[in-house]
Amino acid sequence: MRYVVCIKQVPETTDVKINPETHTLMREGVAAIINPFDMYAIEEALRLKARTGGTVTAISMGPPQADSALREAIAMGADEGILVSDRAFAGSDTWATSYTLAMAIRKLEDCKVILCGKQASDGDTAQVGPGIAAHLDLPQITYVRKIEEINDKAIVAERLLEDGTEVIEAPLPCLLTVVKEINEPRLPSLKGKMASKKAVIPTWKAADLQCDPKCLGLEGSPTKVVKVFTPPPRGGGEVLKGEPEEIIPPLVAKLKDAVLSASN
Amino acid sequence: MSDPIRIIVEKCVRCGLCVKACPFGAITQKARKELPIIDLQKCTLCGACLEACKFDAIWMQPKAAPTQDLSAYKDVWVFAEQHDGNIQSIAYELLGEGRKLADSLKMRLCAVLLGSNISAKASELIARGADKVYVLDRPELAHYQDEAYAAVLIDLVNRHKPNIFLCGASTIGRSLVSRVAVKVKAGLTADCTGLAIDPATGNLLQTRPAFGGNIMATIITPNSRPQMATVRHKVMKEAEVNPARTGQVITETIADVLLRNRARRLRFEAERESTMNIAEANIIVAGGRGLQAPENFTMLRELAEVLGAGLGASRAVVDSNWIPYSHQVGQTGKTVCPKIYIAAGISGQIQHLAGMQSSDIIVAINKDADAPIFKVATYGIVGDLFAIIPRLTAEFRKVLGK
Repeated sequence: MRYVVCIKQVPETTDVKINPETHTLMREGVAAIINPFDMYAIEEALRLKARTGGTVTAISMGPPQADSALREAIAMGADEGILVSDRAFAGSDTWATSYTLAMAIRKLEDCKVILCGKQASDGDTAQVGPGIAAHLDLPQITYVRKIEEINDKAIVAERLLEDGTEVIEAPLPCLLTVVKEINEPRLPSLKGKMASKKAVIPTWKAADLQCDPKCLGLEGSPTKVVKVFTPPPRGGGEVLKGEPEEIIPPLVAKLKDAVLSASN
Repeated sequence: MSDPIRIIVEKCVRCGLCVKACPFGAITQKARKELPIIDLQKCTLCGACLEACKFDAIWMQPKAAPTQDLSAYKDVWVFAEQHDGNIQSIAYELLGEGRKLADSLKMRLCAVLLGSNISAKASELIARGADKVYVLDRPELAHYQDEAYAAVLIDLVNRHKPNIFLCGASTIGRSLVSRVAVKVKAGLTADCTGLAIDPATGNLLQTRPAFGGNIMATIITPNSRPQMATVRHKVMKEAEVNPARTGQVITETIADVLLRNRARRLRFEAERESTMNIAEANIIVAGGRGLQAPENFTMLRELAEVLGAGLGASRAVVDSNWIPYSHQVGQTGKTVCPKIYIAAGISGQIQHLAGMQSSDIIVAINKDADAPIFKVATYGIVGDLFAIIPRLTAEFRKVLGK
């Protein structure tokens, strides 16, 4: 029984700015980390492995540097890492990304559960997980906050919706996207760190996947970015100083109309 | 496979203009007067360097011509999300925005409604501006299920060919249209905060935040249809109700095999707390570490009750189990956009700001005058929230007559 975790390497902070003079993204010196939501997916895969036995494979599509993200997953306890990396993948949007990852996952045997974080902290789309499920024609359970049961045929998971929790049963293989509430990711163990140093991480290129080159990279991406800009800054407003009894009545007077219109 | 972009060595004068022009830091020069190198892993082929280069020294693969006949794709569609047979307000917001897009393209505005015993609700969508409502009324569609709902939409899109397809960026919406877009090979842009039509090309200009709202990007789907987008709740204005409007209701049928679902709902548990879902709230009162102890949320609850507000929280207090995760605002919690956001004892970490900085009015109360929350606050009060909140509650109670 193989668990596959899809991870993405992202900048450590979302506090990236555009240099007003050069219009370039200023991200020098920003460390690269595993997308925080994917950490919960790795942890949950490790817990599932502890419950049922099997192996955990971490897979990442990205530049050669994403190798370090896969090593971190191995340090946490993943059995192996696979880097999906090729210049042909450059310019991929969520359609082409989910296609490429799906084609890579299809190469893996005995793959029962695919886990993804609910979204990546840089793009925030939440589209790649369900996209992979669609490409592989698998059932999906998104926004999973708890796995109630699992056996080699089926899984029962709680899904977090806006107005409550839905409990869903799906046959395996199945794709899950997980939310923060599901667990607390572990720190790498010493043994894991040793394993991650020694691990051989294969790189799969476009030629290694049985895929249609027209569906990769720029050509396979229906969407195009035409402009990137900094949103107009939200300046700080008025700072109210003084004793509460002096500043609160005028503040409430200013907010009254907004409160009344909001409650209509 | 040849590279989709390259520098023409003979023409390049090594001026470095392209290095400065690249918004993604994908072009580097080892030293001045060295040949620039394009990192294809970072390059998004946006073309900014081509415009910047004065020597025509960069070649980029020409944009592929449309592979479909785009003129066959007409109308602006809106997915009408319903829970227990009640149409969600996001559908009315999409109709408000969809009306503008349809008018500027001189197309019809259509809604798609899936559910069980739902047909009577189509008139509500017409009253809000839909010219046509496609209804699929089947017991199997009573509540949302990924596979059956996606299969129905894929079938409808393939048969009726909409030009634009909008859906709410809700949990359901995001899970659903990601599957649909893959199967109909459509471009899908998540969480749009701005939509407009490019008058020159008729393309939908989809503007969305990335990097937690620190960067905005405008995205198009030039060569394929439909152009699909999800829109966050509360970003667009709801369409007004006009009961006199008329429209067409089209009852659709679908092959039983398409309603097959491998995953099935075993049960549904509504949120235990009776407090409002904060993503829906027009006013939010939120608390952080500055509250000092979980029981002090009572003070915020009182204020929230007077204002008819939802209760929000910072990650720090959720992680300390002072309040359930469903109240967490920010990057790992919910993104909210209320008319008024009152932050009490929240310092305003960047991850928190990412989830609330598009609120109309932000009121911040914090004892630390240097707290980052004040940088985004419309009204900032530097002071002791234990003195300020009860007075604020009392004053609102008086002014609102509660």
